[in-house]
Amino acid sequence: MAKRLILLSTLLLIACAIYIGLGAEGAWSFLLPYRATKLASMLLVGVGLSVATVLFQTITANRILTPSVMGFDALYVMVLTLLVHVLGGVGYASLPAALLFAMNVAGMTALGMLLFGLLQKGARGDIMRLVLTGLILGILLRSVTEFLQRMIDPAEFQMVQSVSFARFTQVEPSLLLLSALVTLPALALAWRMRTRLDVLALGDATATGLGENPKRGQAQALVLICILVAASTALVGPMSGGGGSFFGLIVTALAHVITPSERHRILLPSAALTGCIILVGGQTVMERLLDLTTPLTVVIELIGGILFLVLLVKRKRA
Amino acid sequence: MIRLSGVNHFIGGTQILHDISLELPKGGITALIGPNGAGKSTLLSLIARLTPLKQGEITVDTLKIGACADRDLAKVLAIMAQSTHVSARLRVRELVSFGRYPWHRGRPTAADDALIEAALARFELLEIGDRFLDEVSGGQRQRAFVAMAFAQDTDYLLLDEPLNNLDIAGARGLMRLLREMADNDGKTILIVLHDINYAAAFADRIVALKQGRIAALGTPAEVVSNSLLRDVFGTDAEISHIDGRPFVMV
Repeated sequence: MAKRLILLSTLLLIACAIYIGLGAEGAWSFLLPYRATKLASMLLVGVGLSVATVLFQTITANRILTPSVMGFDALYVMVLTLLVHVLGGVGYASLPAALLFAMNVAGMTALGMLLFGLLQKGARGDIMRLVLTGLILGILLRSVTEFLQRMIDPAEFQMVQSVSFARFTQVEPSLLLLSALVTLPALALAWRMRTRLDVLALGDATATGLGENPKRGQAQALVLICILVAASTALVGPMSGGGGSFFGLIVTALAHVITPSERHRILLPSAALTGCIILVGGQTVMERLLDLTTPLTVVIELIGGILFLVLLVKRKRA
Repeated sequence: MIRLSGVNHFIGGTQILHDISLELPKGGITALIGPNGAGKSTLLSLIARLTPLKQGEITVDTLKIGACADRDLAKVLAIMAQSTHVSARLRVRELVSFGRYPWHRGRPTAADDALIEAALARFELLEIGDRFLDEVSGGQRQRAFVAMAFAQDTDYLLLDEPLNNLDIAGARGLMRLLREMADNDGKTILIVLHDINYAAAFADRIVALKQGRIAALGTPAEVVSNSLLRDVFGTDAEISHIDGRPFVMV
């Protein structure tokens, strides 16, 4: 396993080097900070979303769920649409980026805590009820968004559309710093939970028998998931166009194939590295080789959708 | 000693357990029997803290359920739940190794590894140690869970209907292992059983529950009688005795 993690790390380093170096024209003093900022944001989002997905799949004991079913992305797009609707395109564009970031993180964490409250309420509150509630909430938020988008000015609708997909092209260095300040401590806490997550994956009864309170562990993981997803989404935008992000799904499915282990000390770094390779590698191909301006997420959704179907059909165990 | 006093339990307004007070001394196997819906599993899961205790008091040695730390209890009491479904794809050895978790909290030592290998050998799992749990037979799977509980090195072991879905060889094999653990390792075992004959053949004590109340308590010879079958189980099967142990003629 260690060998495969080293291999993944090497691949990621190569991908980063190509991203920075390929097609470099012009002054390095301009190019390097510009590309490094984009690269750093991709790494941050790659690690954050991959780790969040692993945590989510562990506490829900389900391999085909990702945190986006909880409606985080839907909330982001709704807030965005609402702001453009109320302030107009120009008004929205003139909002300070840090304020938007703070609003988004706060909104998404609040949504997470609302669902988290549901988990705590009552002895019978279980994690699946929470997921279903999140799913329905997401649908509600999307319907509201769609309703608002129907009433919006077509030009402004174009603007909403263009920022509704994650983009790594315009990342503010100050936002990157903010996002890192939120993401890195959450990642450290997730890493500290690695053995406890292994135990939680055994199921509620067995985990209890081993002295690990499942509810407490699930709640803590959920808080980390909210923070990680909120920080990534607020930085670059939602990774999904609507139906539910397939990015996390691709990452964890690949990580399970590359490093077939259920131990989180293997799974967490493996998923994080895989996520970064997909983002950096994919962005390099899109941007440098194909010279496309299509957001990478559109391609990820397409591949992820197919993979999702394959996983569903292939799945032997419930 | 496991001591229960004044334990009541409700599920959605229905009273499942009525004022249960019970003392289970250290050592030996105690079987909890009773008809479906008598509250056997509920009682066991209250002691195992799988279901939060609302009314009454349960203590295991000096630890009070609901008040003591989960970690401390995990060093004294191991449980094997009714559903042993694991969503993670684990190998037998990996599963057994989790038994040491309450002691090392994620940092296993050489001593932990030795105990895991010993548990695998003891339960004849060495050969299939590297197979996945979903690739072994039902009996081997249950044995792996018992081996995990054994590796946990606790004085008490609670099992909720471990014989479900086992054939006769698997069921007898598992009960023999439990008997050995009680006799040779001094474990105190509390087990919910469906089949009275298994309880009569392997247990030292039987606690019979009926509609959330203790209907009978004692050795198999004392408890298993025509009146128990009639009053508690509502059936009129005959009982014969072989070597002093009662058997229900089904």
